[in-house]
Amino acid sequence: MITNRQRALRRLRHNPIAVIGGLMVISVILAAIFAPFVAPFPSHAGAVVDFRHRHAPPDALHWMGTDNVGRDILSRVIFGYRVSLTLVAGVLGVAMPFGVILGMAAGYFRGRTEFIIMRLTDIMLAMPPLVMALAITAILTPDLGNAMIAITALWWTWHCRLIYRVTSAIVTEDFIEAARLSGASHTHILLREILPNCMAAISVKTTLDAGFVILFGATLSFLGLGVQPPTPDLGTMVSTGAQFLPDQWWEAVMPGLGVLYAILGFNLLGDGLRDMLDVEIG
Amino acid sequence: MGSYLLRRAAGFVFVLFGLAVVIFVIARIVPGDPARIALGPLATHEQVLQLRTEMGLDQPAIIQFATYISGVVRGEFGKSLLTNRQVSRDLAEALPATLELVLLTLILMTCVAMPLGMLAARRHNSAIDNISRLVSLLGVVTPGFVVAILLQLLAAETGRFLPITGRLSPDMSFSADITHLLVVDALLRGRLDVAGDAVLHLILPALALSTAGIGQVMRITRSAMLDIARREHVDTLRSFGVPGHVIALKYMLRLASVAPLTILGLEFASLIGNAFVVELVFSWPGIASYGVRAILSKDFNAVMGVVLVSGLFFVVANLLIDMLVGVLDPRLRRRA
Repeated sequence: MITNRQRALRRLRHNPIAVIGGLMVISVILAAIFAPFVAPFPSHAGAVVDFRHRHAPPDALHWMGTDNVGRDILSRVIFGYRVSLTLVAGVLGVAMPFGVILGMAAGYFRGRTEFIIMRLTDIMLAMPPLVMALAITAILTPDLGNAMIAITALWWTWHCRLIYRVTSAIVTEDFIEAARLSGASHTHILLREILPNCMAAISVKTTLDAGFVILFGATLSFLGLGVQPPTPDLGTMVSTGAQFLPDQWWEAVMPGLGVLYAILGFNLLGDGLRDMLDVEIG
Repeated sequence: MGSYLLRRAAGFVFVLFGLAVVIFVIARIVPGDPARIALGPLATHEQVLQLRTEMGLDQPAIIQFATYISGVVRGEFGKSLLTNRQVSRDLAEALPATLELVLLTLILMTCVAMPLGMLAARRHNSAIDNISRLVSLLGVVTPGFVVAILLQLLAAETGRFLPITGRLSPDMSFSADITHLLVVDALLRGRLDVAGDAVLHLILPALALSTAGIGQVMRITRSAMLDIARREHVDTLRSFGVPGHVIALKYMLRLASVAPLTILGLEFASLIGNAFVVELVFSWPGIASYGVRAILSKDFNAVMGVVLVSGLFFVVANLLIDMLVGVLDPRLRRRA
């Protein structure tokens, strides 16, 4: 007998790309948590100015070079991951449960509930997300909290639609009918019968989304609508560094590669999980 | 086909109305007075009151909503605080630049990604296949602003053969007044020098904008071709001795293009989003750079106009794609 877990682990071992993705994600998370200990110049996360070392190219001391006021870019990228991961936790921590609950309700209760929730979702999905997030952050003041609100307000729709699809597919199965006939409450059916069947889709979607939330947040701050200086943020660092292209290329390229690394990690891990758990999340 | 189109169009109006409502609600739940925000902290109370009346903010919400909707229907969004002109006029001026960029991007996406996807599927698991998978993965995960910046660096390295800002070199004077698309108008007027210059200006922004989409479309085309290659009618054709490239181009491509086209519709959302980054980086005078300026200066009417126009763009693009898909695969018409 092979348990599901053993089968999953075996697939994971045969999927080195997912393992690499997982390691990349872990390295980003650990670097963010232990930033003050990992970063070579922890104080450079703040408004430090060191004009003697400004615009220094990458070398043994500053692996990613220094920025226009002489701060170590590697240190700022590491602290930047804190902002990115806070954003991910804030957005997905709200949007995911919200979307899952609405999606399950729409797929399970059908009728008017389904109509209202799914039409609302359709409307929300018809808006280009970045444009809407831009409009929302513009109306509010641009900072991390409001960027979080703006992204969350749009993000739940994707989870809602995915879980709606999963739920509608299993709601006609015999085991749901059996639970209903033996007198189980709606809450019981939703949480104990349907939710466990959604977990695979939720975990794959959430992993892939973590990368895209980072991308989204970095794009907002690149446009000047996210985290404000001096807090180190990857998108802001790229846009500041872009002023010094092409001569001081590292100031834009290094933080850019930093974002790329994090997104790639989550994407590889998510793709690996999808193959492993064998779910369709399209 | 008629009733299919009618149903699609009804859904389209519904979605647009919803979009307008959501934008109105967002704009009205703002803490603080839009007139005060627009004028800044130094304006006098009288000035703020006057602007409030001008903007119609002293009316009840329902009246404001009615004025707003009737304006939107006529394509009027009010005056821009930034340019002090009608927002609709600003938008009309900026739209062709964006349209030109987006059209070339779409051409690049389909003409590069679909053949590459087909090639990868035919040489399944070969070196070409693996490279194309790697490229498409990188295309999907690389942020638009990183691509834009890398392309700018590349342009600098190659001695600025490709221009990195604007639509036309400053020493070129040409007014595009037929279709407002520079390349098309220049060709129509027989100005080859202008057309060439405009194309050179388009290349880098369009490349930056198409990277993400190329990756997606390539990936989907590949898996759709592989999926269809396993169908029975393809086996039959093969057993009749029909050459592989004929099967691929004549019989499989039509069915296999449904999936990438659908993805292209969804891709449009991120394409519009990325346009904001790309236009900003390449100083492209389109809707998105107008939008960024409007957003940063809290110009509400302009922001609403830009958001609605981009929403319209997205919805229309998806409607067109749905129609095209319906033509390509008649079964979908009945199901939808």
